[in-house]
Amino acid sequence: MTATQILWQNVVPLFGALPVTLEVLGLLLVVGLTLGVVLAFVQAYGRRPLRILCIGYEQLFRGIPPLVVILFFWNGVTPALGVPVPGIIVAALALGMRSAAYQSQIFRGAIQAVPAGQMMAARSLGMSRIQAIRSIILPQAFRLAIPPWANEYSSVVKDTAFVCVIGGLIDLTRQALMKLAPLSMRRPVGTQLILPYLVILGLFYLALTYSGNGLLALLERRLRVPGFEMKGKVER
Amino acid sequence: MPNGKETHLGDVILRVEDLHKRYGKDEILKGVSLELRRGETKVVIGPSGTGKSTLLRCINQLSVPDKGRVWLEDVEITHARTNINHIRAQIGFVFQDFNLFNHLTALRNVSLGLLKVKKMTSGAAEARAREELARVGLAAKVNSFPAELSGGQKQRVSIARALAMDPKLILFDEPTSALDPELIGEVLEVMIQLARGGMTMIVVSHEMGFARAVADRIIFMEGGGILEEGTPTELFTCPRCERTGQFLRKITELYGETDGQ
Repeated sequence: MTATQILWQNVVPLFGALPVTLEVLGLLLVVGLTLGVVLAFVQAYGRRPLRILCIGYEQLFRGIPPLVVILFFWNGVTPALGVPVPGIIVAALALGMRSAAYQSQIFRGAIQAVPAGQMMAARSLGMSRIQAIRSIILPQAFRLAIPPWANEYSSVVKDTAFVCVIGGLIDLTRQALMKLAPLSMRRPVGTQLILPYLVILGLFYLALTYSGNGLLALLERRLRVPGFEMKGKVER
Repeated sequence: MPNGKETHLGDVILRVEDLHKRYGKDEILKGVSLELRRGETKVVIGPSGTGKSTLLRCINQLSVPDKGRVWLEDVEITHARTNINHIRAQIGFVFQDFNLFNHLTALRNVSLGLLKVKKMTSGAAEARAREELARVGLAAKVNSFPAELSGGQKQRVSIARALAMDPKLILFDEPTSALDPELIGEVLEVMIQLARGGMTMIVVSHEMGFARAVADRIIFMEGGGILEEGTPTELFTCPRCERTGQFLRKITELYGETDGQ
């Protein structure tokens, strides 16, 4: 077998592991986005005790490495529960809760960046607070949140690699790790293939961040409204 | 001409009784009372920081007064049980810095309240919004976003937004203060037409030409209270308070006799 054939043989299983990574990514984004938006609203509009609770949550999850959070849930919480929880759920919850802490800051900042007069004008027409938030504040905050959210997206794509510590969950990184040992035993050609193999693994993640950011940039352009672009650009 | 004569005025539509408002240590309103009659245009003048804007905001409860009561017809606005959204839908508010909804076109800015508050169908709301925009001379700008409009156009959209709700009265909070001098006229013109058409309004403004032309009564506020109230003729020719005369001379000197006629 030629070196290329051996390499290809080891790359094919990565395609098999890709859906797992995508699944973790999708679920964690749903958890992170939902919880993040809720936390942002409580911080922006909630009562003081609730706000303090949210700040505590956010400080906690922003201060612990994602790998430690996963280990905590998978090796600590799940066995204590006594019922089997699928690894994918644990992965999505652990990473999603961490991401929610970051996303809450993105959305809180975006909500607070909408001028106070917008809420005042909406209320002066007789709209309720909820109506004003939904029709006036959210659509503007959402537009402002896309660029920082794209940043968080890139960050969580890479976080998914940490789920390789969850037994039975074969994501991209776990699959690659499983192939490293056999490769290193095929001297000399196998060991020489480790470097290109890991480059290919990196390309998988790069493709995910690149395509995701492309979609977000497209969304940003589709939602573009005059007045939300950079103002007073210095041209030279 | 409404000027000076009050025969066209109807019954009392808005009653403000002993309003007090304090922000931290500063007492902004120190007991303000006034009555507004149907069809009346009241212009409120006075040095900055005397609570003119706060008074308007306390009327529709955008700021909640510490003490005092406000009635719209026979409903006490300040009562805790009153549905404030229902009241606000009947009181138009025009802001100094427009506060148009930045992400919506002029048309949507005007129709949104009709859709969300008055629960009109989208077709009816849009038709009404077009009508109001045409009334303020902006039929050609229905699809423009606020960022694409001049200050004067923005303020006219915001007047159309208030008008579309069929308000019982409109509160104007320094509607021309944020405008370039050459754009003030087009906004005043719309307001003069409204006043002459019988709209009930309270206007906080330093536009003495406007006040002279359409005010039924002028209120002079200073230090959180009403110092003097009278018809334009009364206030311009023989102010009982020396302070009012002083202020009027200074304002006339600074702003000139700009009238939007």
